[in-house]
Amino acid sequence: MLSAIGVKSIDDLYSDVPNNINSNFNLPDGLVEHKVFDFFKSLSDKNISASDVDFFIGGGCYRHHIPASVDHIIQRAEFLTSYTPYQPEISQGTLTCIFEYQSLICELTGMDVSNASLYDGATALVEAVLMSKRIKKKDRVFIANNINPDYLNVLESYIGKENISLDKDDLDNISAIILQTPDFYGSPAIIDEYKKICSETGALLIIVNTEILAFGLIKPPKEADIVVGDAQSLGVGMNFGGPHLGYFACKKQYLRQIPGRICGLTKDKDGKDGFVLTLNAREQHIRRAKATSNICSNQGLNMVAFTIHLALLGKSGFTKLAKLNHYRAQLLFKKLSSIKNINVINKSFFNEFVIELPCKASIFLDKMLEKNIMAGIEVSDNSVLVTVTELNNIDSIDNYVNNIKEIL
Amino acid sequence: MSEKTNIPENYRFTKDHEWVIRDDKNDNIAIIGISDHAQSSMGDIVHVELPDEGEKFEVGDEVAVVESAKSASEVYAPVTGNIIEVNDHLDSHPEAINEDPYNEGWLFKIELDDPDQLDDLLSSDGYSSFLDEE
Amino acid sequence: MKNEAEIHSINIEPVFEGKGLDYDVPLLISTGRDEEISGVDIEDFSINDFDLYIGVEERDDLNIPSHSEPDIIRHFTRLSQKNYSIDTGFYPLGSCTMKHNPRINELVARLNGFRDVHPLQNESTIQGCLEVMYELQKWLSELSGLDAVSLNPAAGAHGEYAGMSVIRKAHEVKGNVRKYVIIPDSAHGTNPATAASCGYKILTVNTTKDGFCDLGEIEELISQYGEEIAAIMLTNPNTCGKFEKDIVKIADLIHSVGAYFYCDGANFNAIVGYIKPGELGIDVMHFNLHKTFSTPHGGGGPGCGPIAVSSELSEYLPVPYVKKSNDKFTFVRDSKNSIGQIKGFYGQFTLMVRALSYMLSNGINGLRMVSRDAVLSANYIMVKLKDHYNLAYSGNCMHECLFTDKLQSKHDISTLDIAKALVEFGFHPMTMYFPLTVPGAMLIEPTETENKNTLDKFIATMIYIANEISEGRGDKFKEFPLNTPKKRLDETSAARNPILSWQMIENN
Repeated sequence: MLSAIGVKSIDDLYSDVPNNINSNFNLPDGLVEHKVFDFFKSLSDKNISASDVDFFIGGGCYRHHIPASVDHIIQRAEFLTSYTPYQPEISQGTLTCIFEYQSLICELTGMDVSNASLYDGATALVEAVLMSKRIKKKDRVFIANNINPDYLNVLESYIGKENISLDKDDLDNISAIILQTPDFYGSPAIIDEYKKICSETGALLIIVNTEILAFGLIKPPKEADIVVGDAQSLGVGMNFGGPHLGYFACKKQYLRQIPGRICGLTKDKDGKDGFVLTLNAREQHIRRAKATSNICSNQGLNMVAFTIHLALLGKSGFTKLAKLNHYRAQLLFKKLSSIKNINVINKSFFNEFVIELPCKASIFLDKMLEKNIMAGIEVSDNSVLVTVTELNNIDSIDNYVNNIKEIL
Repeated sequence: MSEKTNIPENYRFTKDHEWVIRDDKNDNIAIIGISDHAQSSMGDIVHVELPDEGEKFEVGDEVAVVESAKSASEVYAPVTGNIIEVNDHLDSHPEAINEDPYNEGWLFKIELDDPDQLDDLLSSDGYSSFLDEE
Repeated sequence: MKNEAEIHSINIEPVFEGKGLDYDVPLLISTGRDEEISGVDIEDFSINDFDLYIGVEERDDLNIPSHSEPDIIRHFTRLSQKNYSIDTGFYPLGSCTMKHNPRINELVARLNGFRDVHPLQNESTIQGCLEVMYELQKWLSELSGLDAVSLNPAAGAHGEYAGMSVIRKAHEVKGNVRKYVIIPDSAHGTNPATAASCGYKILTVNTTKDGFCDLGEIEELISQYGEEIAAIMLTNPNTCGKFEKDIVKIADLIHSVGAYFYCDGANFNAIVGYIKPGELGIDVMHFNLHKTFSTPHGGGGPGCGPIAVSSELSEYLPVPYVKKSNDKFTFVRDSKNSIGQIKGFYGQFTLMVRALSYMLSNGINGLRMVSRDAVLSANYIMVKLKDHYNLAYSGNCMHECLFTDKLQSKHDISTLDIAKALVEFGFHPMTMYFPLTVPGAMLIEPTETENKNTLDKFIATMIYIANEISEGRGDKFKEFPLNTPKKRLDETSAARNPILSWQMIENN
């Protein structure tokens, strides 16, 4: 090839690179495959995974059973190693998946349109806020203070603390009201008083959700303008926090303001139905500085995984799974509420709730960990958020109760 | 270039390919759209973002956006004034801009602050020469 | 009384599944079973003393179709067969770096200690994860020649946002956020979109006729706007396939007014292991792990866009990042001047595992070969095609070469038609109409994965297409592709009448 090009060595092709700079790299040479595997296996073995313990952690990332077919299908070459479907004639597989995903998200959220996914729930909330600012031409938002703290941190980084009100009496210059359901402490949101605020201020109502399975038993309010969150619970797995699956859905009238990719139905030259990425004029590759967002990609394969998992569940499976989560959470809740020095806070919940302890939360969690139980997340000095899913069987629930009694 | 594209005689133009004429019924109102050259370079128009009635714009402000499947073009105010009407028909029929850019495809009407501002714009000959140079 | 002809001409819909291996795949909503079954086994549980709580109730409005496991596997398997992929064939997409996705990466990313761990677990139980992140931080730092790394950003555009926010914060702390960012006209759309989202106005620099950023224009902008300039955002090598030969001078100019140099690392594949961007004067860069470092594209994501910054800017990095003290790894979650948290949790962790696996497998010796082979392959294609297609810029290229449809448009055939012809002949097309500054652009990036046979076949096909066009037989390409699952699709009506869900089809 070098002679075809007409140079003596590859270095000649780098002639534009300043030749007075000689970089030295302090890095090792390559390893053979089994040594690479051994390296990662030893690191993986240093961890204690959820399957090694009785596991009760949630708070924005949830452990659910993922059917074996999901991982199997997403490892098919044509899903795993394909690119963004910019050439629709040879990407109908991906495009059909996106269309089905969008439809399923609309079904769960009760909204009219969904995009092809965003990075995660926290950044999806940011995009919803930026959209409401564009539409209402106002700079600030109100957030109920039971929002996931990570989501609040991320929103602060993007729009500044001064533009976020956590006080119902401070509704100055508000473009949106933001509520999480179920909230960070597990309770279904009570929407009514906020609906009034929305109609008085003209602000948009943004609903945030981190456990999409809850929509099996909690219906997002039809007054919502935008519903966003993370759909990681289905198909995706915990993955030490990423990649997850941000979703974004809203009412039809905001369609042209939506960030991210969208797939639509059309016909080909022969009149056959097919799918294409559409409404591109909103996006960065066309509008550049005036795009609705700088976002370029969606969560691709995770979106396919979610779609497969929900398609496998179907309506009856999704509802039954939601009920099973709620039932198991209730079991633990009832047993804990009968222990005298524990205070159970929630009046209602889906699959997670807060318990108040007579000791420091961090000490409690350490002691439970010694008993091989990851007992929850510390949410205040003396309270813990406990999450129960279908993967917590009756034995593990009893184990939790017995050990908490012993410790306290 | 100018033999292929349509440039009606009594219209005024800008270098951003907008056209302007006075409303028949009211000398103080200007009707604005994009030229035949503009619509044909964009391809099939799929959507238009129009301003709100009552909004005020200065010359050169971005007033509207015309979108095709693969591109988006800003439409700038050729004159200063308030929007008094927008072409709602384009909501469901954006293709009117492709099919009839100088009539059915009009975008918005501005009530002129200065009725003589139209004289600052290119005549149809002026626009034709401008296109030849491009 | 019906005669025989009438009986046989009753109009019966054909009930075939497809043609050979090319299947029709109806949407899930139309193949759903009437009975409410599920493809997932879920434990039965007693509901005798179990009431739903307040705000929790059965939904009667959910219409999710029911299928069995075999139904679903068949549906998605058939869908996958309608996709082109790297494993299927050559993907010369400029700026995308469609290299092979090694399967060892998939294996290690699925180790239980990486998949089945929660980000909020006690740090003592996830030291292995923290060590993966720490090692990756080290590799990226060494490859870039920059001191500090954040692995949080979820994709390239997100990395750009993080990097530009770091720059903005640095200026803010010094008392003046400044107004402008210099961006070349050939930049990827995410660059101006990002700068605008950080509150900056853009000063555009033109590309010279040789395909470089205009140094003279940059000098003028610096002297005109001076300390109102916050940064320059350059891609290097640039989107025209050229290494910016004046990059050190540009860095000096930028630094002379106290501004920062942001480098879009999308094209890092040309220089990884060859030269350190930090040594060229770059202050901040982002990486695309899904481009340079082989993590799979997955039909559009997930990606991973870490950033590296100079030591001066390290205090502004997003949190959290991993620190090592004695033998323990820990997250730094609060940092006085940090731009804050930009994403839930820590970033796209299982992609970090894959990228680190790629780095360990290649080592520095392998990565050096990667960039050199990528540049070699691109130049080979360039030399072989330049007599048949209009080369946008003369001189050798880096890892991608840029052609235009100037010669073919004389016959009324465009880049789009050439691309669709490639599709018909079994190739994924090159990147079309990018950079926007070059009309009819065709940006070709072969990557180091492809062997000479594949390159030669691609070249031969491109030459065949060019010959068909120049000999007056190009019109047929306007109808291509003909043998794909769908023919050319109507993007206009998709945008005029958006139908974005099966619910919208029902309502239409």
